[in-house]
Amino acid sequence: MIIRKANDVLKICEKENIPIWEVAVRYEMAESGLSRQEIVEKMGSNFLHMKASINAGLNERQDGVECKMFKDDAKKIMKYRETNKPLSGYVISKAVAYALSVMEINCSMGRVVAAPTAGASGVLPATIVSTLETLELGDDVGVNGLFTAGLVGIIIGKNASLSGAIGGCQAEIGSAAAMGAATAVEISGGTPKMAFDAAAIAIKSMMGLVCDPVAGLVEVPCAKRNGMGTSNALVAADMALAGISSVIPFDEVVMAMHKVGRSMPGSLKETAEGGVAVTPTGLRLKKEIFGE
Amino acid sequence: MENFSIFDVIGPVMIGPSSSHTAGASKIGYMAAQIFEHEINKVDFYLHGSFYKTHSGHGTDRALLAGIMKFKPDDRNIRYAFKIADKEGIEYRFIEEDLGEVHPNSVKIVMYSKDGETEQIIGSSVGGGRILIVKIGDTDVEVDGDYSTLITKHYDKPGMIAKVSTILSKYKINIAFMKVFRQMKGANASLIVQVDDFIGEDVISTIKEAEGIIDVKFIKSLDM
Repeated sequence: MIIRKANDVLKICEKENIPIWEVAVRYEMAESGLSRQEIVEKMGSNFLHMKASINAGLNERQDGVECKMFKDDAKKIMKYRETNKPLSGYVISKAVAYALSVMEINCSMGRVVAAPTAGASGVLPATIVSTLETLELGDDVGVNGLFTAGLVGIIIGKNASLSGAIGGCQAEIGSAAAMGAATAVEISGGTPKMAFDAAAIAIKSMMGLVCDPVAGLVEVPCAKRNGMGTSNALVAADMALAGISSVIPFDEVVMAMHKVGRSMPGSLKETAEGGVAVTPTGLRLKKEIFGE
Repeated sequence: MENFSIFDVIGPVMIGPSSSHTAGASKIGYMAAQIFEHEINKVDFYLHGSFYKTHSGHGTDRALLAGIMKFKPDDRNIRYAFKIADKEGIEYRFIEEDLGEVHPNSVKIVMYSKDGETEQIIGSSVGGGRILIVKIGDTDVEVDGDYSTLITKHYDKPGMIAKVSTILSKYKINIAFMKVFRQMKGANASLIVQVDDFIGEDVISTIKEAEGIIDVKFIKSLDM
């Protein structure tokens, strides 16, 4: 099964009358030689690790190692939405708390699922779990959703990049948001075309985003950007589900993203030599954490 | 990057904070130890580009060292790698070095064993936790850890590739991908064969005995 572009996937979906996640399962079976059951079990395990990483940051303390620049942000927003009317709504505010929670586990050297990378690992769990809760759907639907997300990620990886060092943050959190948006659409019963429209809308909204980690750590601005990537995914999914298409098709958006990533200077690609990393506060924090 | 698995994108399950700087680093360390085959009592890590610039904050140093000790990327003990290495009497150093035309996230690992054996590799963390070993000793290679890999060193002359593939086919070993490198025409060359099956000692020694072959190495896939 040769898949390079979203168009290849859409053709298969239409011909076989199947959703993207089913194409993804068949693709993986063909690539790996494993059975459907083996692949679904492996993804099921990833899904459980994702849920565990959400719960860990909201409920447990990590032993010894802590994030260096923030603490308990996920708990703060959970508490806030219980006692206030969150302006972005109960779903988005909860999803953001989930994303922050995973990022806190990540920077305290806890266990997460890279999706597509650890620096972007909050977006997919937050988007999928909050969508399942909104629609009152079970874990099996979430596992299917991870296949959708994976195939969207593969297409971005093949035609652009999933690495901040190559393509900037758009390649990491931008890709995660696109993967999440497509997944949320499929979980909600949208068509494959709607799913790729949502993914295109999500990437367009994060195109050009630089990778500028303060002190080189996956904390600031990465954690909050995971929250924003999650809200971006959910809003993009809503737009697509409402019938709004992306004027620029997904495959062309990904090519544009690739070109933008290539034209970005090295200082804005994970080297911590540009963006907020070199602001007075960013530099001060770096000194405080590492000394000279 | 062809031949993506869905699980390259959704996964791996790993210890944070960075798939390229933590998980990828531990995989490169693991591959290095697997290639060396000897018990390591001293190791020097030469880090290139953004790998050096940000290594301590991402736990790249802990992860590389943990990999050398064969910890997997989801092992919760990665955070204690320094302590464990000290206890086991493994000496380690982290040094900044310009490794030339390599991926930004690259490291040269020089390993030493008690009985005086030494080997060096260069590995790159190419994103999302995927890695590529690009040099073993002075030989250019491409080993990604996803497939088991056979590497030959041989004289650059006609028929060598056919010889190796004939032996593999005789033992019913399926070739997934194959690449040939050489230093210059007529000098030493190497053949990198990624295979779907395990290659036993018997096959390796048959290839070693073939005329024109200088050395053969088999590197198991990472299987994580």
